[in-house]
Amino acid sequence: MSEAIAYYPGCSGLGTSKEYDASTRAVCAKVGLSLVDVPDWSCCGSTPAHTTDHTLSAALSARNLQLVADMGMKLAVTPCPSCLTNLRTANHRMEKAAFAEKANRLLDEPYSGGVNAQSVLQALVETVGLDALKAAVRTPLAGLKVACYYGCIMNRPPELMAFDDCENPMAMDNVLAAMGAEIVPFPLKVECCGASYGIPRGDIVARLAGKLLEAATLAGADMVAVACPLCQMNLDLRQGQVNRALGASYRIPVPYFTQLMGVALNIADADIGFDKLNVDPRPVLSKALTGAQ
Amino acid sequence: MRIGVFVCHCGSNIEGTVDTAVVARTSLDFPEVVYATDTMYACSEPGQDGIIQAIKEKHLTGVVVASCTPRMHEPTFRRAVERAGLNRFMFEMANIREHVSWIGKDREANTNKSVDLVRIAVEKLRRDAPLSPSKFSINKRVMIIGGGVAGIQAALDCADGGLEVVLVERESTIGGKMAKLDKTFPTVDCSSCILGPKMVDVAQHDKITLHAYSEVDSIGGYVGNFQVKVKKRATYVDWTLCTGCGACMEKCPSKKNPDKFNEKIGPTTSINIPFPQAIPKKAVIDPTTCRQFVKGKCGVCAKVCPTGAIRYDMADEIVTEDVGAIVAATGYDLFDIRKIPEYGAGRYPDVITSLAYERLLSASGPTGGHVKRPSDGKEPKNVVFIQCVGSRDKSLDRPYCSGFCCMYTAKQAILTKDHIPDSQSYVFYMDIRSPGKMYDEFTRRAMEEYGARYIRGRVAMVYPKGDKMIVRGADTLAGTQVEVEADLVVLAAGAEAAVGAPQLAEKLRISYDRYGFFMESHPKLKPVETNTAGVYLAGSCQGPKDIPQSVGQGSAAAAKVLALFSKDQLESDPQISRVDIKRCVGCGKCIMTCPFQAIKEVEFRGQKKAEVIETVCQGCGICTSTCPQGAIQLSHFTDNQILAEVNALCQS
Repeated sequence: MSEAIAYYPGCSGLGTSKEYDASTRAVCAKVGLSLVDVPDWSCCGSTPAHTTDHTLSAALSARNLQLVADMGMKLAVTPCPSCLTNLRTANHRMEKAAFAEKANRLLDEPYSGGVNAQSVLQALVETVGLDALKAAVRTPLAGLKVACYYGCIMNRPPELMAFDDCENPMAMDNVLAAMGAEIVPFPLKVECCGASYGIPRGDIVARLAGKLLEAATLAGADMVAVACPLCQMNLDLRQGQVNRALGASYRIPVPYFTQLMGVALNIADADIGFDKLNVDPRPVLSKALTGAQ
Repeated sequence: MRIGVFVCHCGSNIEGTVDTAVVARTSLDFPEVVYATDTMYACSEPGQDGIIQAIKEKHLTGVVVASCTPRMHEPTFRRAVERAGLNRFMFEMANIREHVSWIGKDREANTNKSVDLVRIAVEKLRRDAPLSPSKFSINKRVMIIGGGVAGIQAALDCADGGLEVVLVERESTIGGKMAKLDKTFPTVDCSSCILGPKMVDVAQHDKITLHAYSEVDSIGGYVGNFQVKVKKRATYVDWTLCTGCGACMEKCPSKKNPDKFNEKIGPTTSINIPFPQAIPKKAVIDPTTCRQFVKGKCGVCAKVCPTGAIRYDMADEIVTEDVGAIVAATGYDLFDIRKIPEYGAGRYPDVITSLAYERLLSASGPTGGHVKRPSDGKEPKNVVFIQCVGSRDKSLDRPYCSGFCCMYTAKQAILTKDHIPDSQSYVFYMDIRSPGKMYDEFTRRAMEEYGARYIRGRVAMVYPKGDKMIVRGADTLAGTQVEVEADLVVLAAGAEAAVGAPQLAEKLRISYDRYGFFMESHPKLKPVETNTAGVYLAGSCQGPKDIPQSVGQGSAAAAKVLALFSKDQLESDPQISRVDIKRCVGCGKCIMTCPFQAIKEVEFRGQKKAEVIETVCQGCGICTSTCPQGAIQLSHFTDNQILAEVNALCQS
């Protein structure tokens, strides 16, 4: 089965979350989801755009959606929940003719509508399906205890994101369970990590990220799997800051769920990119996998 | 015909936006109207006397009153014209309040519309004919559906009043929700101690027939003469032999089934008597878990039963009960707390409903009255109560207040302190609603004497941390977020219409609201009546109610039944369909469409004809629009009358 879908990597996919982008591409190729890059895509505007001007923000995303339409496609996937929120919000706002007219005035080519945006996670679950994912497993993640952390905007607001349970999402749990991992019950799946407050108010992120790391530890997790570049940064890169602020000594790997899938699907180490992470998952991983054998 | 028109001011209700004097004056131009006047309150004593006097002085032969909806005062005015010597059906009402003055502010337009409505009423009245009711005998037995406290009260009051009572209960024992409660507010007296004697009275009363483990299958007939088919579900135990000794429960090898009576927080056996005070105290086998049914072999209960009462081959049985009145007292069910995923019910064993907590507090509950939380059996120290779970929440389509949760939560906070003196209760609330005798004092006692900490705000999330549950919410009085480490979280689940309530309402031919609660005939003045004659309501089936209110309604419904049965015969409504035998071609279409089975086929000089059964016909008129010949006509609403109304409106 090979399905062509437009792929929107998002800016962090070229920078802070290169390993997310690379592992996503490799995993999708392995399970028969062929991703076609949106040509000449531009930044979605991220948080600064939508906190400054809704019209400008929508125009930025509408440009990318129209590029997808120009490809003759109706569906775009993106690994980044923040990009996804902007794409879906733009679609929603542009349904109103008056708003669409204002936003389209800013664009060379007006957005014709009709392009849907999905997360990579949703495409894996709904287009490929859990059975096919399971069938593709070569190295089951047996013995690896994983807490799945979705972050606060992957499924919310529920009317907009329209995927999975907004309070207790299960998609990532099911995907990694299909990879053979042992999923630990993690109660803070959709809690906020502090997001971009990492820059102006590190103390807030230290407290919120600390709570997540504590909950994962109490749940008995070896790792926290994530689906959002910003969550990943706050939990992994800032783990030292958290430890200093709280007097704690967490050392929990925080890989992207696509990286863990990469291991299970026997994808090349270079595409998995564990070396890009702050807390290296490899020691815990090999210990768990050998322990299970 | 000499017609009089009376246009009511209804104080300022009508006069405020309708010029009633103009309406009266204009109606004098209508055919056969010989007298017209406006009047302050037509329904008042002087108002009615004015009508009676005018009938006598002006020799009126028909009356139109233009006032409010006929639902309230049509009977009033019919009695008035009858007192003046006219037939009560020589009267028509024009609704110029609900249909005019209350819905529009334009006085001129309202006045014109009122004139039109009076014109219509006059044209109908001109074609009215005197009608006389016939009398029919009634069966002075009453059926009570539902054996909770409301139904028990209604049954006992009716039986003490000398009526024969048939009580139908869906579960294997009567007692309802009240039997599951530990204590009751605001007196903290033991629920089963005050309910138990009433349950025993039901069992011992020679006027009461109890069908437990039974459901209403279908209802036919009409006020005074209902035929109710009751399905007695198979219990697989011959209750005439079962002595309730409980030997079967002791030996039953299938012991790990969720106990419905204990709100599924404890296990029970497949053959079961729900609780020691059950009435009737008889065993029932659950075939979905019983090994004899599931695996085809076991038979332990049959071996140990000292009276040989076990019957694995028992089948459901239908019995027919003829009664003259029915009281619906089917109670409520709890909101499914799993519908609020952020509270974690269903995922976390230590998040339970308030009713499950009652079972933990009860000495006859699964823990013998020692509060032990479900996950690890530890005694909780910090107990968090969350109110309004499935009440007052538009997002869940439950905008109504369940009414009793504030009170039972205060009671549970008090009982928690009694059971565990070193415990601390927290109550997250929206508003404390405690109107009722000694109610507000009671909630204050929970706070002041028992130290329950009341936090005004909603809970956002409940999640486990170690062996604690973290309850995160807002304190809207302090304007802060709060997090409480709880050992047990009790959700005050809101009340919902009982499972199957809408289906029962349809069998009873009564209305229900969008939430499934049964509709009373008038929200203030007819709270236990329905719009179907002979069918009454008691308790929470009409809307959430606490015990005193339910008991009050049980007695009220019984009083209504006793009043109805104080006569030996009832008058039938003459506004029914009649067949013009010359026109009827015997096609039988009316027989097929009648929802009340009120039309039968008869032979007349060798030809098939339709015939209306006078006492069964409800006057709905469906047959009249079905009849291809126009041979069946609804008295007082004939085709000619309706066409005359249409003509009056269109030609005006």
